[in-house]
Amino acid sequence: MVIRIIKNFFKRMISEIFSKKKNISLGFYGPPNAGKTSLANRICKDWTGEEIGTVSKIPHETRKVQFKEKVEIKYKENSLTFKLVDTPGIATKIDYEDFLKFKLRKKQAQARAKEATQGIIEAIKWLDDVDAVVVVLDSTENPYSQVNITIIGNLVARKIPVLVVANKIDMKKSDIKKIEAAFPEYDVIGISAKYGTNMEEFYESIFKLSKKVR
Amino acid sequence: MKDKKSGLTLQFIPFSQLSHLNSTERIKKLLKVIMANKIIVIQGRLKAEEETRLIEDTMVMVGSVKGFKGIELAVISPNPEDRTLGDKVKYFVANALVGQTDALTIIGPASAIKEMKKDPTKLEVMMSRKVFGYRQTFYTL
Repeated sequence: MVIRIIKNFFKRMISEIFSKKKNISLGFYGPPNAGKTSLANRICKDWTGEEIGTVSKIPHETRKVQFKEKVEIKYKENSLTFKLVDTPGIATKIDYEDFLKFKLRKKQAQARAKEATQGIIEAIKWLDDVDAVVVVLDSTENPYSQVNITIIGNLVARKIPVLVVANKIDMKKSDIKKIEAAFPEYDVIGISAKYGTNMEEFYESIFKLSKKVR
Repeated sequence: MKDKKSGLTLQFIPFSQLSHLNSTERIKKLLKVIMANKIIVIQGRLKAEEETRLIEDTMVMVGSVKGFKGIELAVISPNPEDRTLGDKVKYFVANALVGQTDALTIIGPASAIKEMKKDPTKLEVMMSRKVFGYRQTFYTL
């Protein structure tokens, strides 16, 4: 009887450890309009056939954290299950007047600004609940922005494994080398979430990243 | 008659003024200066957790303080590759003991600073047109 209880206890422990490693909470972080939702959508469409959220040219389209549970990704003969956590873009300033340029009415712009500030707070709070993070950067923009450095610094402090993705490589202005130079300690994968370019290499990197999850 | 001239104040905060404060006190002190529409130049840099805390607190204020749009924040520090092995050891020990003091952190209200552009060699701070009577001014640190 006692032996059976001990046996079951260890069985449960091992199965819990095993299942934790196989069900990884994967966060998508980065500045606004870098393509976090586009990438999360691409992954969801590839493996579940559904999208996670809407995308737009107007910054701060994602203003609430969005999830997709149980996304099973296969690479070669292995498979892993992820909970995808798509977060609002992190910024240090929000000015509703910036949204007026996109032909939003003043009230709409003000509401969007208010929701965007709340989204940033929510995104930061979620840093405590992700196992690994994909930092999505726009490869046509200057990567040395303090927001990027702050996000990665926080992940390092929390010992959360990081993969840096240089998105929008289909654009003429794209410069992956600049991102690699800015973050030399990290693997940088160039992709186009919009066109699905280089997604095989991305999935391979996700598997490598998942091995670092504690 | 009241003088209508308005200028911009840069407030330098030496590391010694922050080193004895805990994170909450540091953020509170910085926000007080930012809300007075001043630009802060800090000797050293905040911890990564303090930077996110500052962003979080700033976002709360964007929603509650009229006219406040947030902050611009940048840190400039020497390139680690330029250090010799001896310098690296010294830097590591000093960093562990007192924190990173060889960096400069610039924080200012978004209403005063339009944009900060950074690359490995320089930091450009572009002031808001409103602050300088529709003139655009560039500072290079």
